[in-house]
Amino acid sequence: MNPFFIILVLLTTLTTIQKVYAVNPDEILNDPVLERRARDISKGLRCLVCQNENIDDSNAELARDLRLLVREQLKTGASNQEIIDYIVSRYGDFVLLQPPFKAQTWALWLGPPLFSILGIVAFIRLFYRQRRRTRNDIAMHSNTEEK
Amino acid sequence: MKKSIYLLPVVIVLILAGFFWFSLGKDPNRLKSVLIDQKLPLFDLSPIQGYNKGITNADFQGQVTLLNIFGSWCIACRVEHPLLMHLAKQQEVIIYGINWREKDPNAGSRWLRRHGNPYRLIGNDSHSKAAIALGVTGAPESFIIDKKGYIRYKHMGPIDNQTWYEILKPIIEDLRKK
Repeated sequence: MNPFFIILVLLTTLTTIQKVYAVNPDEILNDPVLERRARDISKGLRCLVCQNENIDDSNAELARDLRLLVREQLKTGASNQEIIDYIVSRYGDFVLLQPPFKAQTWALWLGPPLFSILGIVAFIRLFYRQRRRTRNDIAMHSNTEEK
Repeated sequence: MKKSIYLLPVVIVLILAGFFWFSLGKDPNRLKSVLIDQKLPLFDLSPIQGYNKGITNADFQGQVTLLNIFGSWCIACRVEHPLLMHLAKQQEVIIYGINWREKDPNAGSRWLRRHGNPYRLIGNDSHSKAAIALGVTGAPESFIIDKKGYIRYKHMGPIDNQTWYEILKPIIEDLRKK
């Protein structure tokens, strides 16, 4: 086969590969700005059926209906936050893929940095103590040599 | 004394392990509804094919009702259906049905003709409007609605005898007295 042809085929296939979304063509809004916002909202919302997917990626029918609801509300002029608030008021914080920062989630958000700091402090202390000890050892050693 | 500090990580790991161990037993599909003790969302559901009345908020006034989400496509709904039929026949509780996500508009009524109709009223919810407003994640789900139209309990999955006698019935009887 003509090598030029093979390269051409590879180029066209590679450049046209895209992430496949579950969003069906009939769901997409004509207004690209609203559609962009719909995508942004959908990416942050958990599909309640397949719980580790967002509703933008999920093929579940409930996810589809949620996507349609998001778009419908966008068309009536609702803000992103209003739409998210509505869905949270129905399903709880669980529907948000990024949990909100509040009293119940302090441990979740602050735990990792807190333990990192503790770890770093412990490491530094251990490091200096070790160095001091080695220095003392050397000092003691040289002392004995001098004698 | 100073050596005890080295036990701290071990203690923390043990606490975390205990926490994770208990979380293992939790079913992620059973979410606590945020809607408990809230007023029923506004809805005005049209009837399904062959019935002349849907459901509106006014239908919940003055009596305790069991609101059940079902679909002809839902296999678990078939499982709980005989019990719902029994409850309706014995007039244990008034049951309303929300026929959720039927692609074929006749499917819901056909299903009820085949298996019997335990519902006093049935509303059509082909686009999940009511289901989302109720925070439904799958069928069947059942809500206990009090006399004033407040959601008092939510049960996910099919109702079986045990759930009915041990959980739902006592709640309903309690709400009736109020």
